[in-house]
Amino acid sequence: MVDLVPVIVLLPLVIFLLLAFFGHRLSTSVIAVLAVSGTFISTILTLVLGWSFLSSPPEGFFLAAHLWEWMSAGGLSVAISFHLDTLSLVFMFVITFVGFLILVYSTEFMQGDEGYARFFAYINLFIASMLILVLADNLLLMYLGWEGVGLCSYLLIGFWYQDPANGYAARKAFIMTRIGDTALIIGLLLMFMEFDTLNIAEILAAAPSKWAQGEPTATLAAFLLLGGAIGKSAQLPLQTWLPDAMAGPSPVSALIHAATMVTAGVYLIARTHTIFELAPMAQQAVAIIGTATLLLAGFSALVQKDIKRVLAYSTMSQIGYMFLALGVGAWSAGIFHFMIHAFFKALLFLGAGAVILVVHHEHNMFKMGGLYKKLPVVFWTFLIASASLAALPLVSAGFYSKDLILWEVFASESGGTTLWLLAFAGAFITALYTARMVLVTFFGKTGIEPTNRPGPRIAIPLVILAVLSLAGGFIELPHSMGHIQLFSGIIHHTLPPVTLRGLSASSELILQIITGLSCLVAIALAYLLYRRNTALVNNFKQTGLGAWLHSFWNSGWGFDSVYQALLVNPVVALSRINKNDVIDLISVGLSEVLARTNRVMVTTQNGKIRWYMTVIVIGAIITITISILI
Amino acid sequence: MVEVPLTHGLVLAVILFLLGLVGLLTRRNIFFMMMSVEIMLNAAGLAFIVGSSRWAEADGQLMFIFILSMAAAEVAVGLALILRFYKEYDTLDADAASKMKG
Repeated sequence: MVDLVPVIVLLPLVIFLLLAFFGHRLSTSVIAVLAVSGTFISTILTLVLGWSFLSSPPEGFFLAAHLWEWMSAGGLSVAISFHLDTLSLVFMFVITFVGFLILVYSTEFMQGDEGYARFFAYINLFIASMLILVLADNLLLMYLGWEGVGLCSYLLIGFWYQDPANGYAARKAFIMTRIGDTALIIGLLLMFMEFDTLNIAEILAAAPSKWAQGEPTATLAAFLLLGGAIGKSAQLPLQTWLPDAMAGPSPVSALIHAATMVTAGVYLIARTHTIFELAPMAQQAVAIIGTATLLLAGFSALVQKDIKRVLAYSTMSQIGYMFLALGVGAWSAGIFHFMIHAFFKALLFLGAGAVILVVHHEHNMFKMGGLYKKLPVVFWTFLIASASLAALPLVSAGFYSKDLILWEVFASESGGTTLWLLAFAGAFITALYTARMVLVTFFGKTGIEPTNRPGPRIAIPLVILAVLSLAGGFIELPHSMGHIQLFSGIIHHTLPPVTLRGLSASSELILQIITGLSCLVAIALAYLLYRRNTALVNNFKQTGLGAWLHSFWNSGWGFDSVYQALLVNPVVALSRINKNDVIDLISVGLSEVLARTNRVMVTTQNGKIRWYMTVIVIGAIITITISILI
Repeated sequence: MVEVPLTHGLVLAVILFLLGLVGLLTRRNIFFMMMSVEIMLNAAGLAFIVGSSRWAEADGQLMFIFILSMAAAEVAVGLALILRFYKEYDTLDADAASKMKG
């Protein structure tokens, strides 16, 4: 059973190598089959592995697969070995299964693209890296996967590299996440200095005895890890890369920038939860960053015109919810929302991609309109996913996952009413912008006429994800309705349960009714504002405040221009001054001096034997004179 | 037999040496340069002979024989080189061979 783990990781990697080296010689259909097959087998194996893992749990509820020693120097010994527990199992399932569906979708979506093989090579490399990230048993191997997914993200955002704007977006994403990665590697080194090991399980076991609650070193370590997490997960203040990352193909946005890679930060925090529990300040920072991001991104999503940018901001906002859950210690709620979010957000991106594909690559949803009759499959699946995103009460999976977070934020010891209120406001905005997106895209006047209906390879993954977006929530039902805890039951073998303040069950029900109603109110409000009485919004946009708010939110709260002014421009100005490399002058100057001296000295070497003799005689005379004088 | 004072012999040796040296530095003809070298060698030999007779030791004379045979060998090689030199450059001007300049 343990032997399956390396195979699952290896398969996409092998496919990547095959496609990278022989992809240009293969026909499209062979590439498609090859690209999907690796992840398909990995998905099957993951399901088999998960089933046997859960039906006959191993000792300590984890499996370890040691492959070989990676490096060993002094006290440092790093192994290539995998650690499978319920947390990584959930991530593995999402990565392989959603990855497989997206690959199937992509075989049709990318049809006719000249980089067909290249695209699937990158995606397979991404899946392999992401699996390494979530399965690594030591921090360095995890960092390898961490950088691997960052690289694939860069390559895939800039996939259509002929357009310089895409290359710019790719570089922006890479550099912004690198800032976080730098914090992460410093954190890793700090851990190694403190614990003399990089093995995650050993660190987590040793941390509580080594560090007291709230010890500065623990706080520093937690903040450094958090730095890595916010970079990867596009949270405040390193969030600006995600909306621009939409330059990549839609399946990439679905897989990397919605379902998996951007949640690596959530994984990292959950994985190192012991350190965050020892550093209450850092954990509180996680909650605050999450709350701030979810509100900020929610407002920005409200005014976007580009359908993919709406989804990008919504992804930031939903990851903000996960961070909030992690920040109040509701670990399993955060992971549950990650899984549900992966389903419905991947579906939303795939649906948006399918729409964009048939309307001549138009991204502006105000130019679409009236698509619900023309594209029924896309419309219904998109609607289901939107219901999940808006947390439509009772029927959608998103309701159960987001409701769990809201309740545990309210009831947790480290949570409270303030955080709940802010998160609740965020949920209201989420429902509002989601309804706006659906109404504008699929209803109203017919905009661009779609060319054709998407084929089965696009439709089937949409339907499967739609089923999961509806039914996924029923594995975790609140106390007030059914009280099923399948998911948290599994997760609690790895992550501790949340500590609640001991509120009555009725308060949970009241909160659920409030959030459920607010969702319906938000949808009704969206219908009023964006369907019935569009003049209201347009008139508000004409006023000074409205115009200012619109452009402020549209630009993502002006973070880009602040960074441009504070960081980019000074660096560019400095580099302009330093164009000729001031530091280099030392070495260049040295070689210049030597070259000049050489040019002078070389004239004495004139090849005339009498000159040489004269010099020798003069030298002899001088030497003798000196020796006589002294 | 009147004994030649040591200084006289040494002064003669120095004069000979300087003559050879000046010849070596001023002459351009490689043949004469070689002759100047011979003069310098003989100046050194003379200094040995003078020293040897002053202290009545055979070592100096032995040294002179060494120098003499060495000079003979040197002349043999030198003349062969001069022949080659002349064939190569059609002249005996030492400055003509300056290919090795830096």
